[in-house]
Amino acid sequence: MALSWFKKLKQGLGKTSEGLSEGFKDIFVRKRLDDDMLEALEETLIAADMGVESALALTENLRQEKFDKDITEQEVRTFFAEKITAKMQPCQQPLNLPSDAKPKVIMMVGVNGSGKTTTIGKLSKQIKDQGHSVMLAAGDTFRAGAVEQLGVWAARNDLPIAKPHKEGADPASVIFKAYEQAKAQNIDYLICDTAGRLQNRKELMDELEKVIRVLKKHDDTAPHATLLVLDATVGQNAHMQTEAFKNVAGVTGLVMTKLDSTAKGGVLVALADKHNLPIHYIGIGEGVEDLRPFDAEGYAHALLGLET
Amino acid sequence: MFDQLSGRLDGVFKKLTGRGVLSEKDIDAAMREIRIALLEADVALPVIKTLIKKVKEDAVGEKVLKSIKPGEQVVKIVNDKLVEILGEGEGLNLATQPPAVVMMVGLQGSGKTTTTGKIAKRLKEKEKKKVLLASLDIYRPAAQQQLQTLAERTGVDGLEIVEGQKPVEIAKRALKAAKTGGYDVLFLDTAGRLEIDEDLMAELETVKQLVNPVETLLVVDSLTGQVAVNVAKTFHERIGITGNVLTRIDGDGRGGAALSMREMTGCPIKFLGMGEGLGALEVFRPESMANRILGMGDVVSLVEKVQEATSEEDMMGMMEKMLSGQFDLNDMKKQMKMMQRMGSLKGMMKLIPGVSKMAKQLDQANVDDKMVVHQIAIIDSMTKQERKNPSILNAKRRQRIAKGCGLEVSAVNKLIKSHQQMQKMMKKMQSGGMGGLGSMFGGGGGFPPMGR
Repeated sequence: MALSWFKKLKQGLGKTSEGLSEGFKDIFVRKRLDDDMLEALEETLIAADMGVESALALTENLRQEKFDKDITEQEVRTFFAEKITAKMQPCQQPLNLPSDAKPKVIMMVGVNGSGKTTTIGKLSKQIKDQGHSVMLAAGDTFRAGAVEQLGVWAARNDLPIAKPHKEGADPASVIFKAYEQAKAQNIDYLICDTAGRLQNRKELMDELEKVIRVLKKHDDTAPHATLLVLDATVGQNAHMQTEAFKNVAGVTGLVMTKLDSTAKGGVLVALADKHNLPIHYIGIGEGVEDLRPFDAEGYAHALLGLET
Repeated sequence: MFDQLSGRLDGVFKKLTGRGVLSEKDIDAAMREIRIALLEADVALPVIKTLIKKVKEDAVGEKVLKSIKPGEQVVKIVNDKLVEILGEGEGLNLATQPPAVVMMVGLQGSGKTTTTGKIAKRLKEKEKKKVLLASLDIYRPAAQQQLQTLAERTGVDGLEIVEGQKPVEIAKRALKAAKTGGYDVLFLDTAGRLEIDEDLMAELETVKQLVNPVETLLVVDSLTGQVAVNVAKTFHERIGITGNVLTRIDGDGRGGAALSMREMTGCPIKFLGMGEGLGALEVFRPESMANRILGMGDVVSLVEKVQEATSEEDMMGMMEKMLSGQFDLNDMKKQMKMMQRMGSLKGMMKLIPGVSKMAKQLDQANVDDKMVVHQIAIIDSMTKQERKNPSILNAKRRQRIAKGCGLEVSAVNKLIKSHQQMQKMMKKMQSGGMGGLGSMFGGGGGFPPMGR
């Protein structure tokens, strides 16, 4: 059996929390909480990609409660972990789709290289293992090898896949037809891959909008979930990504991949502050089971290097 | 691309420029703003500290305090330090007994494979090199297929895919094929890996020892946050890189990674990935980058792009026509074709000084590369006579043209109006008005007016 998810996440975030603890150790040679110390703490949080605003808010909380008081490293960690947990708790929501929709359509969106296709590979296996029928739609008709990549996952998970009839085909049409096939075959879940796109590229975002508009001709409640896939190594641009994809594609939830890297993904904390979107899954490794439901407390503790 | 950072710094210096003389306190306030702006731009903390220390030393000095416009001077200091940190750009070093082996390494999803295709295209077209591509990525499904497709699209050769081979075996085979096939350059695209993945990093070491690459390029996504520095440092310490490539510069990421990379690795940034197309690759220039960071536009890149896309003959012919006032719709089409060759309109517009400041309007104006396609389609739907003599275009003809190209009559009208405006402008030029670059774009008349 693999490690418990917390252990694995902690291992993943290990470098982060090591980084954080180093910061803290430096900081707590002196024990009284003063301005210098607060600034150093703020920097430590920022170095985890938490962003200036969220880091400032956290250290400001600490200032208000503990300024000029003696404080231990453990107390500071616990303090931050509690605040972060509280902030992120509302985002801890499982992926729930309307029970009456058939097929239920899940759409993956995000910038290039964030891990959409891999996430689909893992998610589809998990849903299949719960006893549902799943079909994949290869909506990334642009990137070389993208259809083949999803095809390998379909074969691996023994799932049907709807592919474009030719390279560079209109993704809206591919997904539209995929829905027809899924409907005809009485499929429970249709999971759609889309091409990676930078959110400031108007023409590409228009294309995504069209995919959704056309899909709605089948079922105007579709897609029933639109998941924005974020790479844990991303910095503050995650805000722009979330904002733009929310506006154009009506993102309903987030997935953060590659949290097993040394990247902290601290921007999730800031995203929770600003956008209040559910965080459904985090990716903490290569295996299918490494796509885990998000757990706020576990995440916060792992981030701060605390045991649960 | 660095628009937001520029915006922040603009804000800082606006405050500074307002007053005559800078006090040390002013500078401290400005430095804090710069620090925040850079942090939000994903520049790594250690790099920021170095930068700010250097800027401050110069800024508090008497020179600045006595200068007439201290704000501008601080901008210049920041700019100079940015250039210093960014370091000189360098091209690929292929000086070795061919085949020169280039290894591409990096995290998953950083853009290695696409970048490999772009650089290969560049070497083939600009330097007439015989290039072989080989993918050692046996882990990500269809990764080898992806590189093969890119090889086909760029017209270079891809190493035959043999199922079940290990990366080291593929590397051996690739090297042999490159030697016997008389290739100048062999690209080895490796699997994305975490820098803490012991097994995969060891594999990379083995491959590197085996093929002895002349270049090992670390590909980093410019949207990367603070971790970029660890990634670069670890890859460099473990594998030994010779250069960095920054991808997705066309995103609106604040691109702090660009500032961090060289400072932390000591290796030059060799290329920038600027878009989805295989031609969207730029050479790195510290001055350009620093200028962009400070919102000063990037004229050098623009001029270079124009030069690449146009022959001197074309240019002279066009200029002559313009000056003689006989610029008809055929010429306008030629001009548009030139623009198409230069790449994405949006990408180019951002290079124009001052335009980055109106990035928002630019987005709203919906400057679309399709627009050029449409305009060419409109002209193509005209008769030879109409193209030569647009003045005969009456309502009936316009309607026919609109039907012919599948666009609204209003689009046709717009184009004709643009052409008229251009002619007007050219007449002004004749009488000694503007000249140079602006005319290439018809002073903005080549496409419908934007942002108004």
